[in-house]
Amino acid sequence: METKNIMIVGVGGQGTLLTSRILGGIILANGYDIKLSEVHGMAQRGGSVVTFVRYGDNVAEPIVEEGQADILIAFERLEALRYAHFLKKDGVMVVNDQRIDPMPVVIGNAKYPENIIEDLEKKYKVIRVDAMDEARKIGNTRTFNVVVLGVVASHMDFEKDQWLTVIENTVPPKTVELNKKAFLAGFCLD
Amino acid sequence: MAEKKVMLGNEAIARGAWEAGVKVSSAYPGTPSTEISENIVKYKEIYAEWAPNEKVAMEVACGASISGVRAMASMKHVGVNVAADPLYSISYIGAGGGLVIVAADDPGLYSSQNEQDSRAVARAAKVPVLEPSDSSEAKEFTKFAFELSEKYDTPVMIRTTTRLAHSQGLVELGERQDLPDRPYEKNISKNVMMPGNAKGRHLHVEAREKKLIEDSCGFDINKAVYNDKMIGVITSGIPYQYVKEVLPDASVLKLGLVNPLPRKLIEEFASKVETLYIVEELDPIIEEQVKSWGIKAIGKEIFTVQGEYSANMLRKAILKQNLDIEEPAAAPGRPPILCPGCPHRATFHVLSKLKLHAAGDIGCYTLGAVAPLNVVETTICMGSSISSLHGMEKARGREYVKDWVAVIGDSTFMHTGINSLVNMVYNQATGTVIIVDNSTTGMTGHQDHAATGKTLKGDHTYAINIPELCKSIGVPNVCVVNPFDIKELEKTIKTEVAKDELSVIISKAPCALLDKTPAKFKYKIDTDKCKKCGLCLKPGCPCITKGENDTPGINPDMCNGCGLCAGICNNDAIKKVEV
Repeated sequence: METKNIMIVGVGGQGTLLTSRILGGIILANGYDIKLSEVHGMAQRGGSVVTFVRYGDNVAEPIVEEGQADILIAFERLEALRYAHFLKKDGVMVVNDQRIDPMPVVIGNAKYPENIIEDLEKKYKVIRVDAMDEARKIGNTRTFNVVVLGVVASHMDFEKDQWLTVIENTVPPKTVELNKKAFLAGFCLD
Repeated sequence: MAEKKVMLGNEAIARGAWEAGVKVSSAYPGTPSTEISENIVKYKEIYAEWAPNEKVAMEVACGASISGVRAMASMKHVGVNVAADPLYSISYIGAGGGLVIVAADDPGLYSSQNEQDSRAVARAAKVPVLEPSDSSEAKEFTKFAFELSEKYDTPVMIRTTTRLAHSQGLVELGERQDLPDRPYEKNISKNVMMPGNAKGRHLHVEAREKKLIEDSCGFDINKAVYNDKMIGVITSGIPYQYVKEVLPDASVLKLGLVNPLPRKLIEEFASKVETLYIVEELDPIIEEQVKSWGIKAIGKEIFTVQGEYSANMLRKAILKQNLDIEEPAAAPGRPPILCPGCPHRATFHVLSKLKLHAAGDIGCYTLGAVAPLNVVETTICMGSSISSLHGMEKARGREYVKDWVAVIGDSTFMHTGINSLVNMVYNQATGTVIIVDNSTTGMTGHQDHAATGKTLKGDHTYAINIPELCKSIGVPNVCVVNPFDIKELEKTIKTEVAKDELSVIISKAPCALLDKTPAKFKYKIDTDKCKKCGLCLKPGCPCITKGENDTPGINPDMCNGCGLCAGICNNDAIKKVEV
């Protein structure tokens, strides 16, 4: 199989690491070679963060480069815009419809771009999710990242039950039920 | 079939150490090396600890090695500078039980103050260096490092980079080697570095290096693979993966041992290929040596010494490909910031209000240099805030430093800040030092230290009392303030800065991320009372943004209820709401 490339982008603290670990779990469960590349340290403090996930028969390079991503998962609109050019021409972008102002915008040195998703839709295949709203319905907004992952999963080839097993084995025991609910909320959205 | 697991590079190094029978591990947290210790601690057969700094960690490992067990110290690249003193001399002493140092470089500066290349330090200290290129090799090379260490009577460095340390890949798990402790042998001429003995050991070091240069031509980890001989590439570490991606048909000499270099192997490879490229991130360490042997090669003429490499970079530089890549969209940057509820923000807000300059240090609070706070004006290295403030006073006088303070975190203070404070006491300084004590090592992801009361293993231990410590070394003025009590903090800073005596203010409140339970209250702006003065926007809290008609609003999903904004509002317009 040709190597598949996934990117997860967002704001430090949004939980990109958990999402990539669940993704890693399901890929491994299906017997693929895999490389994941994460960001730790300073950028995790509210900066722009990127995680790369690559899988296939034999993966060398641990990063995804411009124009190579099959799936771009964006936890925030501005980050979707920032990394859109990493997407392949026929790639899919899943965007959580949330706005988090970066400091240059907060202090008035820059403007948060208007109509990001509408503009991205003109060029790419975009799936828009209001994951915060779904997570709020479940009762814990922190699970929004797993809601997003549920949406992504519904566009991938792995079985639903296998995803749920991986979630069980990845998240802290106390949060298993909550995270499964969040995943299914995303998986069944459309 | 052996079990396979997806592991971070750092996790694989920890696994390799365990499989190699390591018994002692000491480290100070530093991105990108921290997860080595966080994983090694999970193996009950290994004693693992956080040391106050890398020099101490290195010396702990040296002692363990001399006593006859396998030992490891891990650190980020700049930590190697702190540990350089023992490193240079343990190179002469060599190893009892295998001794391995992990040095984690940070090309691309994801979380560091410089982009130095640890291979240069290892070369100067004449220490062999292994460089793995994925998680699987990270584990295997770690095991091999211990064998090399014992066989050649030398400490061995494993050099990683952020991309290796923080990438996950498949690793085949093995069993732990059950090694008997080597008997301790009293050997003063080997283990006591004074001039007479060191002369003899220096000869050992030179002979060792010579032998390694020859023997390593036959090491499995130095591998020449011949394909198309028009292009030959010498590479190592993560860049090897990019070479594989871009030039699958080229001949490649992949070096696992990058110091000393296997000269004959390299000369042979170079003689068989038409055009030779040397692909290494950061400094031209391999390239300069190879060229000094009269070999023609292309290296930093076309590759950068800055940042990380990538496959696309090699496509452009070697293959001269014009890549059809879209330009990135114009998007405002998103630099890292202090978290919502961070106690450092309160301290910096007061410093900013008082128009004080801060000599800064290494930690989350370095972000006090970023707009809108703009308070931190210098940051050099761990512990330097205190000593550089002292330097300013001695250069420009007492009145000059009344406009300045040093700002240092609790973990950094324990690391090397103490020495600098001792110097201030000893040399009659009058400056003011603010220890922003959030009860953890924050930036690297919340590690304990000597003043938190908990060990790496999670055991309760004596928590060094920072105020008492300062008093005991003779600091005349020591006070502790909660930074969220901003009126009190402001008063304290004003008073202490004005004194003609040394002061330490401990601005103490836990890191906002330590308490994982959801906030019990949040804050909301009462739009009737709000006069749109903009004061609440000044501390740069990411939760507060200007909405329509310039009325500020607080994002309830982000607010963690710290109350700083309510504390500075002059119009009583920010209200506490129960969640």
